[in-house]
Amino acid sequence: MKRAAPVVIVLALALLPLLGMEPRVYLTLTVAGLAMGMLIFLVASGLTLIFGLMDVLNFAHGALFSWGAYAGFSALLLLNRRAGWAESPSVLLNALALLVALAAAVLVAFVLGIVLERAIVRPVYGQHMFQILITLGATIVLEEMIRIVWGPNDQVMPVPVSFQGSWDVADVIVLRVPVIAISLGLAVYAGMLLLLHKTRVGLIVRAGVESGEMVQVLGHNIHRYFTGVFALGSALAALGGLMWAVFRQSVSPAMGGEQLIFAFIVVIIGGLGSVTGSLVGALMVGLSYNYVAFLLPKAALGVNMALMVLVLLIRPTGLFGASR
Amino acid sequence: MSEIVLEVEGLHTYIGQHHILQGVTLTARRDAVTVLMGRNGAGKTTTMRSIIGLLHPARGAIRFEGQAIEGMAPYRVARLGVGFVPEGQGIFATLSVDENLRVAMHRDDAERRDRLARMLILFPDLDRFRHARAGTLSGGQKQMLAIARAFVNPQRLLLIDEPSKGLAPIMVEHLIAALRAVKHETTVLLVEQNFAMAEVLADHFFLIDDGRTVGEGPMSALVSDAGLKKRYLGI
Repeated sequence: MKRAAPVVIVLALALLPLLGMEPRVYLTLTVAGLAMGMLIFLVASGLTLIFGLMDVLNFAHGALFSWGAYAGFSALLLLNRRAGWAESPSVLLNALALLVALAAAVLVAFVLGIVLERAIVRPVYGQHMFQILITLGATIVLEEMIRIVWGPNDQVMPVPVSFQGSWDVADVIVLRVPVIAISLGLAVYAGMLLLLHKTRVGLIVRAGVESGEMVQVLGHNIHRYFTGVFALGSALAALGGLMWAVFRQSVSPAMGGEQLIFAFIVVIIGGLGSVTGSLVGALMVGLSYNYVAFLLPKAALGVNMALMVLVLLIRPTGLFGASR
Repeated sequence: MSEIVLEVEGLHTYIGQHHILQGVTLTARRDAVTVLMGRNGAGKTTTMRSIIGLLHPARGAIRFEGQAIEGMAPYRVARLGVGFVPEGQGIFATLSVDENLRVAMHRDDAERRDRLARMLILFPDLDRFRHARAGTLSGGQKQMLAIARAFVNPQRLLLIDEPSKGLAPIMVEHLIAALRAVKHETTVLLVEQNFAMAEVLADHFFLIDDGRTVGEGPMSALVSDAGLKKRYLGI
């Protein structure tokens, strides 16, 4: 099976470090790597839609990530100050607080996404150079707006108490936030596959990606669909931003820029436009980072780039990419 | 004389700096096949793309059932009941045959699902390869798919641009049979270089040359006018 090949490669790579470490350490690193991978997938999933499917080089994706984190941060702060939901020992109230924060992040980024697509992206479809310039410009504006609204310094994220700390499962340390991130990542993955392959909207979007002109001629307003996809991608960036902030327990105005590069690497490794590719790519990046950071700490930062180069050398269209 | 469905008057369209259409005038009558003929580069495809809204004419009028549609967005024109089969079919290669047909439905209702089922009976190849990627079909099958796709919606006008281009003679025969089976259901404006095909299908012709309408009449008149054919079609 040709389609199974990437999965086999990933599994082989994931088992390789077992040669150089104890099984218990390996398990801990694997759980941490999967969690990191899922956090990256949350960011990359949105970029898969915008860059992979719609072919827009959106550098503002990182700024939307930050905006999502700050919107969720404000919601949590407010709920905690007024009602004490984050400090409450009740798991229910904690979960509710996180859900409200997630909703706030998604809503703010969705609206920002609509505005960005209408105002600056729509005139530059198909023109990569202009996309880079104008979305970089938007990034600067959005980041400065964060500094104006929330101040220039890092702030502590009020993480609900039930989600702090870790579980100890058979001597393997399992952090709680990553478990939530993994569940959320899987839910997003399933939701995206359903949306793209089982709904009419998904069908029209996939057709529009191949030929926007033809979809218009068939009676669909492609601009409206693309605005929706862009806004959805932005909302996913915000989801990733908020989970990242909860994981790090802090927010900072420039936090999105650091993650953007990971997201681009993941989308390219996975293959443009492939949601499954992004998931596998994100997990590969998360796992290899954690293994290498343990075995060869100095090489940890370079390993993602090396991974991308390796994948592209073997498969120029990425793991799951269709040649276009 | 039956009712006029489409009326194009003094159409001027530019592509970039090039003044492609310099006064195209034509009409299409209800439930008849009108063929638009002319040499390569005469402006046939530009005329079709101007009607459906992919190109915005600089001057002139396009009326569909009395309503002005020049400069209207393509999806709005399509929603009025105008189907378009572009040159080179315009099918979605990465989607399955079935998905290609379903994406064309303006709404997912019983009427359109019935029509889709009828298209699969009319084109058995499409039914057989229903779940295959449309990109793997042969050229003829792709053309059948493009036509079936246009018929999934009840159309009041169908624009078909050079359906026989690049097809093997046997496939052209199939295509003619298929178009004959559906032509009584709708008004058709056809661009066709294959004179034999135009002769069999069309009721009425318009000739354009260098972006201008230079002749019109019943198809039988063009068939018997050797001078006109030689002058504008080179045959």
